[in-house]
Amino acid sequence: MRKRRENVKNHEREVRVFRHRSLVAALIIVLMAGAIVSRLVYLQVIEHDVFITRSDNNRMRVEPLPPRRGLIYDRHGKLLAENRPTYNLTIVRERVDDLDTTLQRLVDILDLPEDEVETFRERSRQRQRPYQPALLISDLTEDQIARLAVNRYLLSGVEVEAQLMRYYPDPIVMSHVLGYVGRINAEELADLDPGNYAGTHFIGKTGIEYTYEDALHGKAGLRKVETNARGRVLRELERSPAVPGKDITLTIDSRLQHMAYDLLGGRRGAIVAIQPKTGDILAMVSAPGFDINKFVTGISYKDYRALQENLDLPLYNRAVRGQYPPGSTVKPFEALAALQDGVVKPDDIIYDPGYFQLPNDTRRYHNWLRWGHGRVDLERALEVSNNTYFYTMAYRLGIDRLSAFMHQFGFGEVTSLDVQGALPGLMPSREWKREKYNQVWYPGETLSAGIGQGYFMATPLQLAAATATLANHGHWVRPHLAKRVGDEAIEPPFADTKPDVELDKARWWQDVYKGMEAVLNGSEGTARKVGAGMQYQMAAKTGTAQVFSLGQNQKYDADELTERLRDHALFIGFAPVDDPQIAIAVIVENAGGGVSGLGRELTDAWLLPDSELKDPPDTTVNEEVESIDGD
Amino acid sequence: MATDFQRVAPGNHRARVGRKRSLWLRVHLDPWLLSILLLLISFGLVVLYSASGMSASTTMAQASRMGVALLGAIVIAQFSPGTLFRWTPVAYGGGLLMLIAVEIMGDIGMGAQRWLEIGPLRFQPSELMKIAMPMMLAAYFHRRPLPPTWRDLIVCAVIVGVPVLLIARQPDLGTSLLVTCAAVFVILLAGLSWKFILALVALAGGAAPLLWINMHDYQRQRVLTFLNPESDPLGAGWNIIQSKTAIGSGGLEGKGWGLGTQSQLEFLPERHTDFIVAVLGEEFGLIGMSTILVLYLLLVSRGLVMANNAQDTYGRLLAGSIVLTFFIYVFVNIGMVTGILPVVGVPLPLVSYGGTSSVTLMAGFGILMSIHTHRRLLTH
Repeated sequence: MRKRRENVKNHEREVRVFRHRSLVAALIIVLMAGAIVSRLVYLQVIEHDVFITRSDNNRMRVEPLPPRRGLIYDRHGKLLAENRPTYNLTIVRERVDDLDTTLQRLVDILDLPEDEVETFRERSRQRQRPYQPALLISDLTEDQIARLAVNRYLLSGVEVEAQLMRYYPDPIVMSHVLGYVGRINAEELADLDPGNYAGTHFIGKTGIEYTYEDALHGKAGLRKVETNARGRVLRELERSPAVPGKDITLTIDSRLQHMAYDLLGGRRGAIVAIQPKTGDILAMVSAPGFDINKFVTGISYKDYRALQENLDLPLYNRAVRGQYPPGSTVKPFEALAALQDGVVKPDDIIYDPGYFQLPNDTRRYHNWLRWGHGRVDLERALEVSNNTYFYTMAYRLGIDRLSAFMHQFGFGEVTSLDVQGALPGLMPSREWKREKYNQVWYPGETLSAGIGQGYFMATPLQLAAATATLANHGHWVRPHLAKRVGDEAIEPPFADTKPDVELDKARWWQDVYKGMEAVLNGSEGTARKVGAGMQYQMAAKTGTAQVFSLGQNQKYDADELTERLRDHALFIGFAPVDDPQIAIAVIVENAGGGVSGLGRELTDAWLLPDSELKDPPDTTVNEEVESIDGD
Repeated sequence: MATDFQRVAPGNHRARVGRKRSLWLRVHLDPWLLSILLLLISFGLVVLYSASGMSASTTMAQASRMGVALLGAIVIAQFSPGTLFRWTPVAYGGGLLMLIAVEIMGDIGMGAQRWLEIGPLRFQPSELMKIAMPMMLAAYFHRRPLPPTWRDLIVCAVIVGVPVLLIARQPDLGTSLLVTCAAVFVILLAGLSWKFILALVALAGGAAPLLWINMHDYQRQRVLTFLNPESDPLGAGWNIIQSKTAIGSGGLEGKGWGLGTQSQLEFLPERHTDFIVAVLGEEFGLIGMSTILVLYLLLVSRGLVMANNAQDTYGRLLAGSIVLTFFIYVFVNIGMVTGILPVVGVPLPLVSYGGTSSVTLMAGFGILMSIHTHRRLLTH
């Protein structure tokens, strides 16, 4: 390219080249410095707002302060649901290096069954936000806490956290009234206000805990804290305290509740007692109950399966979800329907040959007494629970009029104010059958409905509410479980209350009451043995509900059937008749009969001055922890 | 004359004193360079005090370390470039031997390591190479007519390649690149023709995939993270996100000394070493960043002036390379912390906490002063 270079240094040229090159270098340096400066201007001036926000988000963390859950008392102030400090194991996934290893270590350290790992993994996924702890195990024992403390260095991201946990001192008898709280699940989470529930692990699942969740939960507070990069809280910047949940006083009298539970004596059944004037549910028992405390801590799979496979269905709230044929207990209401609709007068005599026949039909609808009660008026019909009389009434009314009147007493409807899960039962009608089965209504079905059988279904709560309304001369008060929520008294009148049942003649109430009194004190009364020696006037009606349909002209022997096919025994009643204080519905499954005694014992306990229920209530106030804050 | 010049070690001519030499020249120091260095070191210590979480002991340790390094520079400045020239092959050869020793020790089973331990001293041979490499090349070109030829380049490739490969195998990609840089600057300043430069750039571009293949996983991760730091915000991208947040949130005036929340609350990793400039950016803002940048630019300018005043090839090339490499350190570090360059473990010169690199840098400035103050004054 050019002349062969001499192996000689050209000093002048070297200096010139060097000067040139260093000039170029200086230029490049200026360009590079310019790049840095423009980058700095971009970061520190143009995007400054973005980064200042990011740096604040870095150091500031908003921590929820979960509110203390409201307590639940019975009507006399006895504590039914409280909060106890327990120690829980929580995990923050973001701080765990290797989730599988950590979970396996926990299983090893705490000596848990191997299959817990999968449960853990599931629970560790359940979390609200990044860096929010997920609950792994509740209610650690002292021993477990100690073992965790020793192995703490192996378990980054795992924390033992003190927490207030729901505790029910009377878990079995109160189970179906209170319901229980449990861990918030994914579906519930979707419907919750995430801010308010940020620090809350539990939510009311059933019962009062569910119905009054909002009031019991309270309002979460929050604190703004400054943290370092490892999440350690350095100082509190701001705090707005949580508003504790409201305490709830129930209408339940826990001693009456216990008495009712004990009266059922281990049998399957339900008892509901209502104060007619106020609608207060004094007792609401479904037996057997179950230990609701187990559900708070997270019931083990084994225990849960045992509950589910138990033939007595302890999880089933019979009092509000048990839909039974009400049997003869509907007769007083049906009598009112017949009177009001003018198909009979109180003194009208119906002749009972032992059966009823529809016109142009050979089928005989039998009275329970095969040879019949002979001449029967309204009072005697109720006293002896005559079927022929009520077949006649039902036939005369027809299903539509009967159904419409029974609806006024709440049959086929949910009338309660705050009872979670209450079912409406079934008050059949022509229209219902057409819609449901696309079939015509047969006259024979009217007769079945007339003695509370066939399609007719009612829950114990409905029967008690109807009885209370009957006791009130038709005045409706919605039955309710809460007497006081925080400072607010839960008192009638309630919104959406059914209109009162109006009769053309007020004395018809007395006519029906007289028949119901005769059930207990008449010479032929179906519960005359129980009614002996009563110190107050009580109106009642017994009933049986067939579990097993008998064919025409079939007779059965209760002993030959297995116990579970025997009739359900029912009882409704209220007392005293002139100033009703309590209305009761009792149902004992497969009892065959004879449960009126339960009703009387409860009214005795409620009304008699020497009853133990009249003792000053035991309202020992438990020592209570106000709240436990984080850290 | 030229031949004669060629045979004589540079800067070794007896000074023919025409007029009285200034005091600064007699103590072989440059007042400009020293003042800027002192300003930078002081500013650095102020930042370090905050970055170390107000640790007086850390700051004092660094101050004394910088004092020793400065003293070392002053001592080195007393040696004439001729002496340095004569010792150049020893420094280079010794460094090479020590690199080999490190390599062998790694093979024997002490794991990857960068240090040699001689008694209580821990010595990093790659640091020595940062100085010995430009010295060696400058000395080579000092004996050669310039601009460099193909033959020269091949010789250079050997001189540069062997130690650089050894350093890269330690593995210390950052240092090996910086040593290469120092060497490249010598070659460029020696007047390598633009055609060669373009060809080399093209070659480097072609070699990039090869480099990628030979990278360690963590090195590749750094590059990937640089390309998209948000991809792994809690892992590898954390450093960059936090340092950008620190600098960006500093704004124009900064949050104030010791008040940077990113730094003081430990969101910023390696805040007193590689990422110290983020502390500066957060607490002193754009004003503080501009100040330190101006100080660095002043230092580099003074260095370039001194290099241009050098009277022989060896001094010129060595001084130029030292100055340019110094700026590369600054650029790579700030570029990394502000997120325009990938994360490589390069400390901010004279400011980051740590001894080894300061000593090397100061030695460089000592050489610079030696070259500058041992001139034949007649030419002035």
